[in-house]
Amino acid sequence: MSIVTLTINNKTIQAEEGTTIFEAAKQNNILIPHFCYLENVHQIGSCRICVVEVEGARNLMASCVTEVKEGMVVQTNTAKVRKVRKVLYELILSDHPKNCLGCHRNQNCELQDLGEQIQIDGFRFEGVKSKDVIDSTSASIVRDSSKCILCRRCVTVCNDIQGIGLMNAHHRGFATFIGPSEDENLGHSICTNCGQCIVVCPVGALKEKDSTQIVWEALQDKSKTVVVQTAPAVRAALGEKFGFAPGTLVTGKMAASLKELGFDYVFDTNFAADLTILEEGSEFLKRVNDQFTTPEGAVLPMITSCSPGWIKYVEHQYPDQLGHLSSCKSPHMMLGALIKTYFADKIKVDPKDLYVVSIMPCTAKKFEITRPEMESNGVRDVDAVLTTRELARMIKDAGIDFVQLPDAEFDSPLGLSTGAADIFGTTGGVMEAAIRTVYELITGRELPMEELHVKPLVGLQQIKTADLKIEDALESYAYLNDVTVKVAVTSGLKGASKLMEEIRQGKSPYHFIEVMGCPGGCISGGGQPRPVNNMVRMKRLEAIYREDEGKTLRKSHQNEDVMTLYKEFLGHPLGHLSHELLHTTYVKREKN
Amino acid sequence: MITHDEICSVHSMTEADKYSLLLQVMDDYDHKESNLIQILHMGQAIFGYLSAEVQSFIAEKMDIPNSKVNSVLTFYSFFSTKPKGKYTVSICLGTACYVRGGKEVVNKLKEVLSIDVGETTEDKMFSLQVMRCIGACGLAPAMTINDKVYKQVNPNKLHRILGMLK
Repeated sequence: MSIVTLTINNKTIQAEEGTTIFEAAKQNNILIPHFCYLENVHQIGSCRICVVEVEGARNLMASCVTEVKEGMVVQTNTAKVRKVRKVLYELILSDHPKNCLGCHRNQNCELQDLGEQIQIDGFRFEGVKSKDVIDSTSASIVRDSSKCILCRRCVTVCNDIQGIGLMNAHHRGFATFIGPSEDENLGHSICTNCGQCIVVCPVGALKEKDSTQIVWEALQDKSKTVVVQTAPAVRAALGEKFGFAPGTLVTGKMAASLKELGFDYVFDTNFAADLTILEEGSEFLKRVNDQFTTPEGAVLPMITSCSPGWIKYVEHQYPDQLGHLSSCKSPHMMLGALIKTYFADKIKVDPKDLYVVSIMPCTAKKFEITRPEMESNGVRDVDAVLTTRELARMIKDAGIDFVQLPDAEFDSPLGLSTGAADIFGTTGGVMEAAIRTVYELITGRELPMEELHVKPLVGLQQIKTADLKIEDALESYAYLNDVTVKVAVTSGLKGASKLMEEIRQGKSPYHFIEVMGCPGGCISGGGQPRPVNNMVRMKRLEAIYREDEGKTLRKSHQNEDVMTLYKEFLGHPLGHLSHELLHTTYVKREKN
Repeated sequence: MITHDEICSVHSMTEADKYSLLLQVMDDYDHKESNLIQILHMGQAIFGYLSAEVQSFIAEKMDIPNSKVNSVLTFYSFFSTKPKGKYTVSICLGTACYVRGGKEVVNKLKEVLSIDVGETTEDKMFSLQVMRCIGACGLAPAMTINDKVYKQVNPNKLHRILGMLK
């Protein structure tokens, strides 16, 4: 790669060929105000806010799409640039509602931030407003087109990152709108509810379907016993909504704030993550055993089923491959089912009077709880899902001083978890947790890896793989001696489609695959605080592994309360009750 | 490749025949996304307009989302998602036609046909649309009705031209 020399604001700088002016400036601490740009994701110059003056060019250039050239002379801060930037901003604003105080993105809005940054003082253009269509047909996502500023970040994420292609620009010019086609809506479409579009939306055009109101009502209702559970990834991100740096773990404060909010029992989805490993690990071993005894009956690779966005994606795009999915419900659905049976019986409360709330980093979970399969004995497994962002809103609304809150513990008996459950929150974590337990089940020995981490599976790469050779297996697994178990991990649906194509063509070399629907896994799910970029993802990922390493118990089968649950209630993994409460089925959906 | 005659005979075809002709078009274009605009052109030629059903059919057979098909076709004013009248009256509003009075022609047509641009008369006889430059600047203001070009149109000529069609 050759190096180019140019000047930006009279400063001579060097940059690699192919770098954009925007990136070169950033590398040299020159900040160019920008709006639609999203590092490594979306650089199409649609908003033009990042314009700069380039000597010899007829017009101002959008710096996010203009590459540096040898000898280029760039000015980012001339009177002309500042004036044009303001006009462009005011033009965006001319078709944007000004009722910021009544918008959920107030004080957390990139359009507001930009206005402050470029020192907007009043707006001159009052024009016609484009159509304000509110699409609230989806269980997970609400789209308000009146707030859309056509930056197209959601289009890029839906098409290029997730490979769904539902969000697109329709019509042209002033009539342009972003969304599914004219004859579709979010609720009746191939939308996976992953919510990655919400995470990148700079304004209030996309948001999760609000559940805070129904949860407030349940908390007020004296006849209800309200039980809450929290997903592993929430504790690694919730703090960001209260000013903590990305990667700050707030497990204790989170549990304390839930008690302050008035939940009767605060449980941990992590408990069910440990349970999932026992169920899913047993299912995997059964499938492997099947392959050695009745090869034609075995369906391998087996693929994890914790991510409901991923599940809906498979149901639409690969309805012919549903047999590869583990039949395990996702952990919070398992815990919901147990709360309304096992726990209801323990506290002698009619399951109909129990109200279960899941705090999730995920918008697809809102859809998941509405699936007809997700009920036991006529009672819904989970009644409401709140995203991490919604929980933060409730904590603020209740006037709880989150920052000063002393730590609290989860309640027993569905609050205990091992480190293996913590890592469910990040890409690679479910697989690592499964390997820790399955390896020990097969060989009777602990996984011989430093800190119990399967190194090749850690990190943000799209597809990660590992080989695990089995030696000196216990007698009952002697048939696995010298077998190399091949596993793959992917996050983001585009990576998943690559692995699924291999499976469809019969070329998949893997035995076990972990898929999380969002890039990076649940740590950057559609319900997590903004902004999300690779730096934030890494901080949250490191926090998750820290939480794991800080625990004495690091393997799911060491969770004593899970073992007690089997002894007192379930029997054994894959047993009759497990099938009834903890496992599910999938449906074939239309491709379009 | 499908023949000109086949396209010309669509009026006498059944719906099923039309769909199989469209499928043949897609085969000719290898079902490639980069050929979507050509396929939409042929779809419109076969069906007269691109209904939601036709869009879904194209999306399914090309293995792309409905939304992508809709995104491309709504960008171009040539494509229609609603049935068109027997005659499609198109006024050129390119620069030359505009300055030579194209806009007045549009206004008069709206008045005479009692429809807006992009609409079709209730008797399904006329659809009205505007075009950007059609390359007939020497004939400005130019108007086309189906495939026939009318030159130097002015509001006073419209009654006679339309009258000849009815």
